[in-house]
Amino acid sequence: MSADIAKLENIAKQVRRDIVRMVHGCQSGHPGGSLGCADFFVALYFHQMEHNPTFNLDGIGEDIFFLSNGHISPVFYSTLARAGYFDKSELATFRKIDSRLQGHPTTHEHLPGVRVASGSLGQGLSVAIGASRAKKLNADDKLVYVLMGDGELQEGQVWEAAMYAPHNKVDNLIATIDLNGQQIDGPTERVLSLGNLKAKWEAFGWDVLEAKGNDMAQLIETLTEAKSRTGKGKPVMILMHTEMGYGVDFMMGSHKWHGVAPNDEQLATALAQLEETLGDY
Amino acid sequence: MKKYTYTDKKDTRSGFGAGLHEVGKKNSNVVALCADLVGSLKMDAFIKDFPERFFQIGIAEANMMGIASGLTIGGKIPYTGTFANFSTGRVYDQIRQSIAYSGKNVKICASHAGLTLGEDGATHQILEDIGLMKMLPGMTVINPCDYNQTKAAAIAIADYDGPVYLRFGRPVVPIFTDPDQKFEIGKAWMVNEGSDVTIIATGHLVWEAIQAGEQLAALGIDAEIINIHTIKPLDEEAILKSVAKTGCVVTAEEHNRLGGLGDSVSQVLVKNHPAPQEYVAVNDSFGESGTPAQLMEKYGLNAASIVSAAQKVIKRK
Repeated sequence: MSADIAKLENIAKQVRRDIVRMVHGCQSGHPGGSLGCADFFVALYFHQMEHNPTFNLDGIGEDIFFLSNGHISPVFYSTLARAGYFDKSELATFRKIDSRLQGHPTTHEHLPGVRVASGSLGQGLSVAIGASRAKKLNADDKLVYVLMGDGELQEGQVWEAAMYAPHNKVDNLIATIDLNGQQIDGPTERVLSLGNLKAKWEAFGWDVLEAKGNDMAQLIETLTEAKSRTGKGKPVMILMHTEMGYGVDFMMGSHKWHGVAPNDEQLATALAQLEETLGDY
Repeated sequence: MKKYTYTDKKDTRSGFGAGLHEVGKKNSNVVALCADLVGSLKMDAFIKDFPERFFQIGIAEANMMGIASGLTIGGKIPYTGTFANFSTGRVYDQIRQSIAYSGKNVKICASHAGLTLGEDGATHQILEDIGLMKMLPGMTVINPCDYNQTKAAAIAIADYDGPVYLRFGRPVVPIFTDPDQKFEIGKAWMVNEGSDVTIIATGHLVWEAIQAGEQLAALGIDAEIINIHTIKPLDEEAILKSVAKTGCVVTAEEHNRLGGLGDSVSQVLVKNHPAPQEYVAVNDSFGESGTPAQLMEKYGLNAASIVSAAQKVIKRK
């Protein structure tokens, strides 16, 4: 393992601690999907993206990211804080009254790092496409990233956007789907199966990659490969296989921890499994 | 009664097309999006001169609203174009989250609003859009009355930073406002000063209100006529100043009586200066097929309806 990967994994451990503590602190929020995507967020913000924590909403001359499945806000907020967008002490205000860290991300309270509100599902890919087109109009060669959930693909708007991007050669866009196979009411295969997603996105005209989302080395490799495929006339899609709740044994692999907060005892059990690498908030 | 005449008639959507083209020349950040209704929205001139700033979205209005939101990130000023029905009800949550709550500088431009869409019938005749849009925090709602005012509004909204709903229509109607007018968002236009009754009208009903004013004058009734082109933010000062003089109000709009201009005016009166009010609006129903003139008569949205509403409200003083 390279020193770089080890460093990223250390950050991801702290982000996971933050997630569990934040959700416990307000006794609400979505730990499962947040934990599963911690490695992806760290790979993006601490390795892949060229971005500026001195936040400018227009993001001209930098890579920008949109979170479409806004309910995994804990991992987004922790990553932004750890990357320097705002002080980590603010993580303690998550979902509490008068906080900039709303239940779902919003621009309304001007939290640095957030460029659009999300939470009502299915809208982020369209917004990311718009931002990609603005970058082209501005002759800005930086990239736009967007993350969606897999259950979210049941929203029709996603497929409107899926059709639009290849037709219009939106090739400065890297979309990722968090394939954890779970949604609120159970496994996606049982609630409303998504079928062969690789075949679906390829049929729509996307350049599709797959990755294990809880393997930092492979994530970095895939994100680097994805970047090399931009600018070639097709939007790029990463189908990212993750495990919901990854890093906390009793939360792993089940939809039960989609939107449930741990109690004091469960918090202690979880934190015992997650090393404090960068100092808690 | 001040005399208003016209020499030409045009559709307000053509005013939008002309305004979009003009503002496109002035401001290189203006971009346009359309969901497969370029001809109906009169966007051809803009597309011809600025093809790189035009985005054909296809029949996918939800995606259009999202893309418009994204385009603002990087400084663009997107104008979306489709029918009023597909600009509002169909995409309400996209507008709510990705545009209004996110505070995005998107101009939602909506044609074929109301009954005057005509023969296509109720599926396309939205009469609830003003209500839907005015309820969104931070949304500005504008419903201009003729070609010139629509053109001026389409140009003016580019200089305002924030989400706007611009509503206009399909039929050819008289052009009676100044071609060189300065359009000021939120500022009422005093059409005619009078002392017996205040008629507050928006959109296609403004010309009808002028016709009604002439008929009322012949009956010895001196009507004050105010054009509210901006339903939100509402020019409360103009309304209160007028009602202090006349003591009663008729509101006139091509919209459901629930949730439209009439309700906005009513709130102002109740809070500040209670006075009798009559609504000229669609009485909580859907529309139907027919010519615009037939529909406006059947649903009570013409000069004759305004005249009888004025006579009725004066008696209630």
